[in-house]
Amino acid sequence: MRRVFLRWLTHRSRIPPALRLSLAVVLATMAIVGIAAEPSRGQSDGSSAGAPPTAGGPLPEPDSPTKTPEPQGPGNPTKSFPDSPALRAQGFTLYQSSCSSCHGIALQGTPGTAPSLRGVGAGPVDFYLSTGRMPLEQPREEPLRGSPAFTRPQIDALIAYIGSFGGPAAPTANPADGNLALGFRAFTLNCAGCHQIAARGGITVNAQIPDLQEATAQQIAEAVRMGPYLMPHFDSNLIDQHELDSIARYVLWTRHPYNAGGWGIYNIGPIPEGMVAWFIGLAALVIVARLIGERMDEPV
Amino acid sequence: MSADDDKPISRLARLLGVLVAARTAARAAANRGHSVPRDAGGTEHPGSGIDPSKRVVPSDRRAEGLVALLLVFAAVFAFAFTVIYVVLSGDTQLLGVAVGGALLSLAAACIVAGKFVVPQETAIEDRGRLLDEEQTGEAVEMIEAGGEGISRRAMLVGAGGVAGAALLTAAATPLASLGPTLKSLHETPWARGVRLVDDQGRPYLADEIQIGSFYTALPENKDPESFGAGLLVVRLPAEFIHLPAPRRDWAPYGILAYSKICPHAGCAISLYRYPTYAPTSEQPAFTCPCHYSTFLPGEGGRLVFGPAGRALPQLPLMIDSGGYLRAAAGFHEDIGPSWWGVHRAQS
Amino acid sequence: MNLVERYVHRRFERASRSAEQRVGLAAGIKWAMRYVFPDHWSFLLGEIALYSFMVLVGTGIFLTLYYIPSDSQVVYHGSYPLLQGTQMSEAYRSVLNLSLNVPAGLLFRQVHHWAADVFIASIVLHLIRVFFTGAYRKPRDLNYFIGLTMLMLAILEGFAGYSLVDDLLSGMGLAIAYSVAMSIPLIGGQLATLIWGGPFPGNSTFWPRLEIVHVLLIPAALAGLITIHLAMIMRQHHSQFPGPGRRERNVVGTPMWPAYALRSIGLMLAVAGLLFLLGGLIQINPIWQWGPYHPYLSENGAQPDWYIGWLIGALRLMPNWELVIAGRTVIPNPFWGGAAFPLFVFVVMFAWPAIERRFTRDARRHDLLDRPRDRPVRTAVGAAFLSWVVVVFAVGSTDRIFYRLGVSYTEQIHVWRVGIWVIPIVVFFATRSACRSLQRSGAHPLRAWQGNVVRRRADGAIEVLDDSPDRVEPPMTEPPVGTVPGQDPR
Repeated sequence: MRRVFLRWLTHRSRIPPALRLSLAVVLATMAIVGIAAEPSRGQSDGSSAGAPPTAGGPLPEPDSPTKTPEPQGPGNPTKSFPDSPALRAQGFTLYQSSCSSCHGIALQGTPGTAPSLRGVGAGPVDFYLSTGRMPLEQPREEPLRGSPAFTRPQIDALIAYIGSFGGPAAPTANPADGNLALGFRAFTLNCAGCHQIAARGGITVNAQIPDLQEATAQQIAEAVRMGPYLMPHFDSNLIDQHELDSIARYVLWTRHPYNAGGWGIYNIGPIPEGMVAWFIGLAALVIVARLIGERMDEPV
Repeated sequence: MSADDDKPISRLARLLGVLVAARTAARAAANRGHSVPRDAGGTEHPGSGIDPSKRVVPSDRRAEGLVALLLVFAAVFAFAFTVIYVVLSGDTQLLGVAVGGALLSLAAACIVAGKFVVPQETAIEDRGRLLDEEQTGEAVEMIEAGGEGISRRAMLVGAGGVAGAALLTAAATPLASLGPTLKSLHETPWARGVRLVDDQGRPYLADEIQIGSFYTALPENKDPESFGAGLLVVRLPAEFIHLPAPRRDWAPYGILAYSKICPHAGCAISLYRYPTYAPTSEQPAFTCPCHYSTFLPGEGGRLVFGPAGRALPQLPLMIDSGGYLRAAAGFHEDIGPSWWGVHRAQS
Repeated sequence: MNLVERYVHRRFERASRSAEQRVGLAAGIKWAMRYVFPDHWSFLLGEIALYSFMVLVGTGIFLTLYYIPSDSQVVYHGSYPLLQGTQMSEAYRSVLNLSLNVPAGLLFRQVHHWAADVFIASIVLHLIRVFFTGAYRKPRDLNYFIGLTMLMLAILEGFAGYSLVDDLLSGMGLAIAYSVAMSIPLIGGQLATLIWGGPFPGNSTFWPRLEIVHVLLIPAALAGLITIHLAMIMRQHHSQFPGPGRRERNVVGTPMWPAYALRSIGLMLAVAGLLFLLGGLIQINPIWQWGPYHPYLSENGAQPDWYIGWLIGALRLMPNWELVIAGRTVIPNPFWGGAAFPLFVFVVMFAWPAIERRFTRDARRHDLLDRPRDRPVRTAVGAAFLSWVVVVFAVGSTDRIFYRLGVSYTEQIHVWRVGIWVIPIVVFFATRSACRSLQRSGAHPLRAWQGNVVRRRADGAIEVLDDSPDRVEPPMTEPPVGTVPGQDPR
């Protein structure tokens, strides 16, 4: 093995020197651009976001978020999380060590860094923590799904603590109550523009939009009503509980879409189809052509 | 790939793998078996006078056997197709493997036969000439001889040219009846008083329009498929609204309406970003999913990124006595993609 | 068995004589059977395209029996739960029905769509072979123009085909096509409303017209052009690479009967077989997952089929330039990427034989092909031009790159606006130098090696052999024997 490796390492290159140099330049450029071009999270595309100017006077405290979660409509089911003084105390401890540096010791937020959490309610806390989007390394970063930093009991503790500052009850959705076709129509009209028709995700200018393949029904309900990060939110007038259940049902359905045609190649459309046409279809046929035909330097 | 894919796909993948392996092994066996005596052609310089023609008759029993076997495979697959179609009511994957297998087996049979069974010959053929000066000259003379004796040649040719041009123009003229007038390009279903409804026909109350949400609106009792029908409706807090002076009263209570059709290439704009916390992220904007043109609803649909050549057209809104949203007027510019006669915004 | 052989032989002879008494083609058939084809594998790429076209026509006939070209809105109450109660056009519903309810319907639809993708891919590969070997030179420049025309028609045909379905993805594509038509200076408004029968989405005559274009007009044009294309090849004989015994004025290869015919038929069956395998096993264009099209709907990440990808890249790359003079929008933005760019590419390809003739001052007939390395400048220019188009094509998927790799979309666009000009320049110089280096070494770019063969003699000494067995003799650079420079060899 070692001999083979050493031989590979010292093998004289067949590539002509000028071509090697050009390749090296191109690869180096790509590497530099790739390292330097961090996604410009929080930076605008020509016009600055800026802090919302107030009508004279100092910033109110707390530093309010620009949009707040929509409550569930009257009579709609909500999710209640465990609550107790012990849990709140635990939540308080966790909050001080993990969240207060940005969100403030009294949940008042930090101007220019993080919004106030007073009155957000249980929904956003559960959403951001259970999807691992918070805690966030840099305030201007886009919160992306990752492995949660807290265990479920710890999340419940934080919900209890932050929820004690008031806010709407967390929404919920029951996919079994939803209608798949209604969910597909509602998803197409309201969600597919960002999340792609089969919930495979996408982009907008300066933000990545997640695919929803790991979202639970609870997280879907919370996201729809609160609108995390740059996502708009939808209240019960626009998406009522039945539609919400249906959208959750459809999103869960997209994990196993009906691929009647065979291998679904990720259900994102013509890009993988083109790759298959060239690198499987045409490549196989070129191999067949090579088997049939002669090569140039073979003896006649 | 999802769990549902695994069962039939892995079944088929295994079947396919067996097929490929069998055929590869078979062909490799045929390659070892036959011997095609090669001429001492070698690597001569082109033009050194070597005659490359030859004829070799393989008479290779193993290759012939392989061809027969492949033909049998083809028969088996073809029969399987019928069975699958009738008995299994046509599962797409199995049908595809059956037909594909039959055709590929036949293909392999033909190729093996064509390379190792039938006589292999290299022949030389002369290309022949294309330009035969004599024939071409005679042909031209024959054509011109058709005009022998004509005295007023110039007049006839001129008249023929005029007739030809006129006939061609006449032939092309019926195309004009294929198209409608261009006036319709400036029309949309929106006019003063038309009520905004959702895709189920339910009218929008101004009170329902929340900040941070976005709504698709259509004109009540009009054709929803019309290009100008779709609207984007949003509500912005005062700090995000900087409309030019003539449009100050187009947005009652901060409710703004824009055409949903992108003025770049006609896609429906369906991305809306609204920040949870403005200081660390972007301001509210629409983005089109096709080429990512981005427009600011708070600034009259101004373009901030992307290829669109003009701003997103805005529709003036009003609230009627019942609290419903209605168009205060039609669009002040054309919606949809630009063209030679498009009416652009004045301000 | 001798008995069987004699019986078959007798019947065959009788049948031939019977046919000959009526048709009298024996001499022609003899000529056809002795017709010689050069054997190089890259000459089969055009055949792959031809056989894909045959698969397209065959499967297309099946599809045509089920498709309904109508935009009347209906409500779906079929077997597929996701679309229950959804409003859609009759066209969409007919294709849904074909895909989900007709046995083998989805198979034929998918085979048809894969065949279209492979058809255009093989034409492009064939075009690349033709360009880099100089096969477009006289007397084949006319045939080259016919080939380019067929490429244009094939792209239009594919776009029309998948737009007939009226699903969300292709509907968005049609809106963009409408906008590109509208963007043509002066006449765009008339042209677009002529084609669509009014402003987008057009009136109900659009769909039967689109179907007729896709099912009859363009296929008939393609069939006619293919016939002329093949007839011209037969008339001129196929070109060949230089080699032992090969001259400008002869063709060395395999006669049509029996070997070449069998191999060709084998290739045809392989193309068909592979396309059916793809059509059965790998899903393409699952319209039941996209849903029907309405002008007020769209989805993120919508893409056209690959052969239109170069246009979406160009449309996304262009800055927002619109030329407005005195209130008239003289050049709307989609014109640059959607019309001017492809027009420029095709004009350059059409003009290339004349450009090369002007630069090399060589208007002779050529029947021997060049190895790409023997024409470094042509190969470099071709590689640079191809890289320009390919990079624009790749930019069409920068949204997915952002999604996967986290590199900002806006920054990518800004980088690529410069990159599409820098990369072809780099490619030009790199290719030219690679060609020259390969010419010097005489090596096969992938297979040969630059080394020496050594042998250990019985007394332990190392002996260096003169030639490595894979080394190829350096190419001849003089014109082939029998031709005088500056004169047509005939």
